Amino acid sequence: MEYRTRLGSISDYEKGKVIPIDDDPKNYVFSNIFEVAATSAPYERVAVAKNFEYVIEVTRAEGNSAWYCAAHDEFAVAMDGKVEIELVKLDFPATIAPLDSQGAHKLGGEPQGRKMGRIVLSRGHQCLLPRGAAYRFKADSPACLMIQTVEGPETVQKWAEICQNS
Amino acid sequence: MAMSANAFDAPASDLPLVTKTEVGPIDNTTGYRSFSAGSFAFSRDEYFARITWPHGAHTMPVDAFLRAMMRDVAWGFFYGTVNFDDVVGTVNHYGEVTLFAGRYNDAYHHAGRDHEERFSSEVLMAVFKAIMSDWTNAGFDPFAAPMETGEAWGSKNGQNEDAITRTRVSAKRVVGLPGDTPLRTDQNGFPVNRMFADLDRSVPVVEPEPGFEGEVWAYNLFDYLSRSDVTWNPSVCSVVGESLFCPTTEEFALPIDHGNDRCEWFITLSDEIDWEIKDKDTAKPRATVLTRAGDVSCMPADIRHKGFAKKRAMLLVWENGSAVIPDLIRKGEAPNVSVTW
Repeated sequence: MEYRTRLGSISDYEKGKVIPIDDDPKNYVFSNIFEVAATSAPYERVAVAKNFEYVIEVTRAEGNSAWYCAAHDEFAVAMDGKVEIELVKLDFPATIAPLDSQGAHKLGGEPQGRKMGRIVLSRGHQCLLPRGAAYRFKADSPACLMIQTVEGPETVQKWAEICQNS
Repeated sequence: MAMSANAFDAPASDLPLVTKTEVGPIDNTTGYRSFSAGSFAFSRDEYFARITWPHGAHTMPVDAFLRAMMRDVAWGFFYGTVNFDDVVGTVNHYGEVTLFAGRYNDAYHHAGRDHEERFSSEVLMAVFKAIMSDWTNAGFDPFAAPMETGEAWGSKNGQNEDAITRTRVSAKRVVGLPGDTPLRTDQNGFPVNRMFADLDRSVPVVEPEPGFEGEVWAYNLFDYLSRSDVTWNPSVCSVVGESLFCPTTEEFALPIDHGNDRCEWFITLSDEIDWEIKDKDTAKPRATVLTRAGDVSCMPADIRHKGFAKKRAMLLVWENGSAVIPDLIRKGEAPNVSVTW
């Protein structure tokens, strides 16, 4: 038998649902990352999962993002499309993201430091966004990234908009 | 899925700590040994595992029993409650573990017919490993999907130690970095699963400047997952503090009903997985969650869940491995659901 793996994309996804028996569907915080990417502004970092301080953000990559930096590692998974990532080792990362800070912080301008390299992700690829490094996303056409990180100043929480409410 | 042994300093419960375990002689008819842990006794025949305790007895098809116990062993008793079925299971207290019968079954519990005993994790784990070793016949792999393995039935017929002693993958930072857990390839014994033969095998463009080879890193996560030789067995692929990305591949049915002691998140990366949700304490049905690729759902801390996947699917299990969370939830200082609005 030949099997076909069903992957989603911003333009083609099928969303499931919570069918309550004796419970409130809101308890399952149910959303779909492609729907979130399709309905969010480019590079809005929308939390789709949260467990205490930790979050998973989804962002719609389209054009160039701002530069970001975090005091801890982050990881990005390309869920749809192609995304280029530039990395710069900051000379003074703590001035952007203090050592005890959480989440991604946006840089005010261009990063000061040494070029670390570049990565191009396609669907299913996961990359490290190392602590203390500035990074920027580039996408020629809309793409979807899922980011493992910590809640920070750039995290957008709009649960009522993205989740099944009833 | 790093179940830390130091999560709790406090004793698991008021139950006395049981230390007595026994390995019985080989049965002349079936060839299998029997085992005991405290006053629980375990025996098997050609079709069934049989568990008894004072004033109680329970029977499970032996394939289901071995698949469930395999997860309990591989996961170090996992997070919270591992229900082998609606009657028998374990509760992890991280260093100690409760073995129960009927404790989380409304009928047993309210009739006073439930039973539980407390062990050090080390003691009970030794018994469980011995059972797995003796009762798993050659050709049966309890980690494999039913269509990918031989049968569990019959009288004693060899062993399958390679299948039941797999090392669980647990990346320290991320899969593939030098010194971390390696990528899966044909060459190191991880061929692509038959149900993921159509997936893209491309590798990301990774162009580090000199001196940054160990920090500029990416890999094909979907390819990595498509080469997993086990089902329903999350493994840590990337780590941010206590935030653990634990993707896994799922086919057929989760062999246990998992009642986590904290919120746990699922992101279906491919295909479809349906979840049957029951109350953690009573097993009363609460919801059905149908998920497709891209769907995100939170499993609250007061439920138990069982998943079903008709085709092998990729699932991202996301855990917060913090040792203090179960205590916070138990004291009412943390909610059963991570997010409210």
